[in-house]
Amino acid sequence: MEDTLRIADKSIKNRLFIGTGKFPDKSLVRNVLEESQAEVVTVALRRVDADSIDENILGHIPESCIIMINTSGARDADEAIRIARLGKAMECGNWIKIEVISDNKYLLPDNTEALKATEALVKEGFTVLPYMSPDLSMAKRFVEAGAAAVMPLGSPIGSNRGLKTEELVRIMVNEIDIPVIVDAGIGWPSEAAACMELGCGAVLVNTAIATADDPVAAARAFSLAVIAGRTAYLNSGMAVNEDAKPSSPLTGFLRDDK
Amino acid sequence: MILRINGEEEDIAGCDNLLELINTKRLKREAIVVEHNRRIVLKERWRETVLSEKDNIEIVSFVGGG
Repeated sequence: MEDTLRIADKSIKNRLFIGTGKFPDKSLVRNVLEESQAEVVTVALRRVDADSIDENILGHIPESCIIMINTSGARDADEAIRIARLGKAMECGNWIKIEVISDNKYLLPDNTEALKATEALVKEGFTVLPYMSPDLSMAKRFVEAGAAAVMPLGSPIGSNRGLKTEELVRIMVNEIDIPVIVDAGIGWPSEAAACMELGCGAVLVNTAIATADDPVAAARAFSLAVIAGRTAYLNSGMAVNEDAKPSSPLTGFLRDDK
Repeated sequence: MILRINGEEEDIAGCDNLLELINTKRLKREAIVVEHNRRIVLKERWRETVLSEKDNIEIVSFVGGG
C-alpha cells in the first residue's frame, strides 16, 4: 500500500512541506517546488503595497499544490482568526497554519492563543495546523480542538539550528494520533531526515532552502533526506547496542592461533 | 473624501464604491481581498459597497511566507 500522509480529505505523498518566504527572486519558488515535487506550500497575507505591483506569490505556485495560509503577524487569537478569514476569501482552500507570536526575539509560538484560534477556526470549517512549542498536554488539547496536525518547532524560526526539541517531539509522535510536523529551525537535510526517522508525518522547511546558495539544489537535498528518513522509519527495526556486534563472520580468519 | 486605507489616511476623489476604489488604485482584482470597516467584502459586492467619509479599508494579498 502506498505510504501517504492523510490530512483532512487529502492524501499527501510528499512529506516535505515548503515555505515561500525569503526567496531572493520569486521566480525561484516555482523551480524549487517543481524540483522537490512539494504538494503543500505555505504563504502569508499582508497589506497590499501599491508601489510593488508584482508580489502575487500565487503566480509562482503550481496549481496542483495545496496552499496553507500562515497567520504570521498575528499577536493573538483574534488576529489569527481575522487573517484566516481573509485568506479563505482568496479562494485557495481552507488550510490554515496558525502562527501566533508575541515574542519578537525568539519568535516562539503562543500555545494558548493558538489553541483559542484553533478552536474557533475548526468550528468554521478550516483545516487547522497550529505551529506550537512542543508540549504533550498542549498537543492533546489541539487534538481535542480538532486540529488536523500539530507543528512543533525544531528550533527558532529561521535559526537553522536543527531539531533541538527532539525528546519532546518524540514524545508527541508516540502519544498523539494526528500527524506531528516539525516546522521551523531545520537547517540541514540530515535534520529533516532525523525528524522523519523518529516518526514525524512531515517537515516544513523554508529558510534553509530559500537562503541557500542554490535553492533548487537545496530543495532536492531536503527532498531526498525526507524520503530517506521516512523509508528508514518504516523499515528499520534494528536494535541499538552498547557493545560492538561484528558484521563479518567470526570464522575462517587467515591466522594460525585458534 | 478621506478614507483610511491600510492604516493610512488618503484623500480619494471620484470613488463612490469599492469597485471604483480598486480600479483607481490599479489593483489586480484576482490577487486581493478587501475588508470594509472590518467586514470582508467579496468581489461580487464591491460595486454595491458604497464608500463614506472615514471608512476603514484593508486591502491584502498573499506574499511569500513560511
